[in-house]
Amino acid sequence: MPHLDARHLFCPLPVIRVGERVRTLAPGDVLTVSCTDRGALQDIPAWCRLEGHELLASRIEPTGEVSITIRVHR
Amino acid sequence: MDPGIRSQVQRKAVVLLSGGLDSLLAARMMLEQGIHVEGINFYTGFCVEGHTHAVRWDRSRRAVRHSALHAAEQLGIRLHIIDVIDEYKDVVLNPRHGYGAHLNPCIDCKGFMVGRARAWMEAHGFDFIVTGEVLGQRPKSQRRDTLPVIARESGAFDRLLRPLSARLLPPTLPEREGWVDRERLLNLSGRNRKPQIAMAQAGGLAYAQPAGGCCFLTDAHYARKLRDLWNSRGERRYDFDDIMLLKIGRHIRPRPHFKLIVGREEGENHFLEGYRHRFIHLFATDTKGPLVLLQGEAEDEDLTLAAAVTARFCQGRDAETVRVSIVRPGGGEERRTVTPWPVDQLPREWYL
Repeated sequence: MPHLDARHLFCPLPVIRVGERVRTLAPGDVLTVSCTDRGALQDIPAWCRLEGHELLASRIEPTGEVSITIRVHR
Repeated sequence: MDPGIRSQVQRKAVVLLSGGLDSLLAARMMLEQGIHVEGINFYTGFCVEGHTHAVRWDRSRRAVRHSALHAAEQLGIRLHIIDVIDEYKDVVLNPRHGYGAHLNPCIDCKGFMVGRARAWMEAHGFDFIVTGEVLGQRPKSQRRDTLPVIARESGAFDRLLRPLSARLLPPTLPEREGWVDRERLLNLSGRNRKPQIAMAQAGGLAYAQPAGGCCFLTDAHYARKLRDLWNSRGERRYDFDDIMLLKIGRHIRPRPHFKLIVGREEGENHFLEGYRHRFIHLFATDTKGPLVLLQGEAEDEDLTLAAAVTARFCQGRDAETVRVSIVRPGGGEERRTVTPWPVDQLPREWYL
C-alpha cells in the first residue's frame, strides 16, 4: 500500500504533499499518510472532501503521530 | 442574474483565497454571479498557520486548521494549495518595491502571487483572476497607485478583478465583457471592515481572524530574528529549515559568531531534536531542561558559555554546578560541569 511520510511537516505542507502523491496514483488506490502536525486531522479530511477522495480512517497513534488512510477516487 | 448582460458560457475565475474575510467574500460574490470559481493558495513558508502552537505541546490540542481550506469548504469550491517556498525567496530577498514596516515585501508579494495565479489561469483555461483586495485597506499594496502596479507587473492586466472595490476602479475585462455585472460589485475602501463583517454575518460565513496578521514577515520580532540570521552569515540567504527554526524557541546570541535556540517546553524540545544532525546540541544530563541548538561556529570557550546558558534554563539553575552534555552533529559527545549563568544576569541584548 502506498505510504507518504509527512512527519515533521507543518500545515499546509502535508496537504500539499498528499495532493502531489495522489496525482501519481490511480482511482481505487489506497494511500496511508503519517504526520506529526495534528492539524492534519482536520486539513487532510477537508481536502479529501473538496477533491472527492474517500477518508477511510484517521487516528492518533500511541506515539502521538497522526495516521490517515484515504482512497483515491479521481 | 440579468440574462441581457450575461454571456451564455459559464466563465471561470481563480480566486486568491487566503482564508481571510475579504477573499472569502470576493469568491462568494463571484459564485452569486454564476461564475465557476476555484481557489488558489500559495504557501511561502512565512504563512501564519499556527506552527508555533502546533509544535508546543501545551497548546497542541487546539487543532491547526488551514484557513483557506475551510474557506473553500464553506464556499463549496476546489482549492489548489501550491508550494512556492523556493520561488518566493527572490521576493523576500530582492523586493523591487522595498519592504513595509518590517521585512514584508507586500507589493512584490502580491505581484508574485497574482502572477502565479495568472500562469495557473492560462494553463487551466480560466478567464480571470479575483482577489479580495480593498482600496486603501493596506498601506503598501492596496493603495490607488499600487493596485495598477500589481495588475501590470503580474501580467494579469485587466483580467484582475477586485470585486470589493471594483466600482471605485476602472472596469476590468470581466466587467466590460459582461461576464460579471459591475453594478453588483462593491465600492468599499479604507480600513473599516464593518461592511465586510456585516456581509459575512448576513451570509452565515465563518472566517479566520489571525491576531498577528497572516505573514510572519510583518511581525517585528520575527523580522529581527531573520535580519540577525542574515547579519551573522554576512549574506542575505535562507533555507526552509532556517525560517521554520525562527518560529520556535528562545533565540539568544551571546557572541556574533554563534547563537543558541532554547526549547521552551517539551514540544519545542521534541521539534528541535529533529535538527540534532545539523547542529551542536546541548542538554543538562542530571536535571530536566531544554534541548539547545548551537547555530554558528563555536570555540572551546564558547561551548562552556553555551553550556552555562543551557544550565540557566534547566531545573537545576539554582545549583552550584550543572553537568551539561555537548553533542556534535557527527556524534562526538563530551560533558562539562558548569556554573549556571545567573538567572537575572543574562544580558537582554543577547535575546533576539
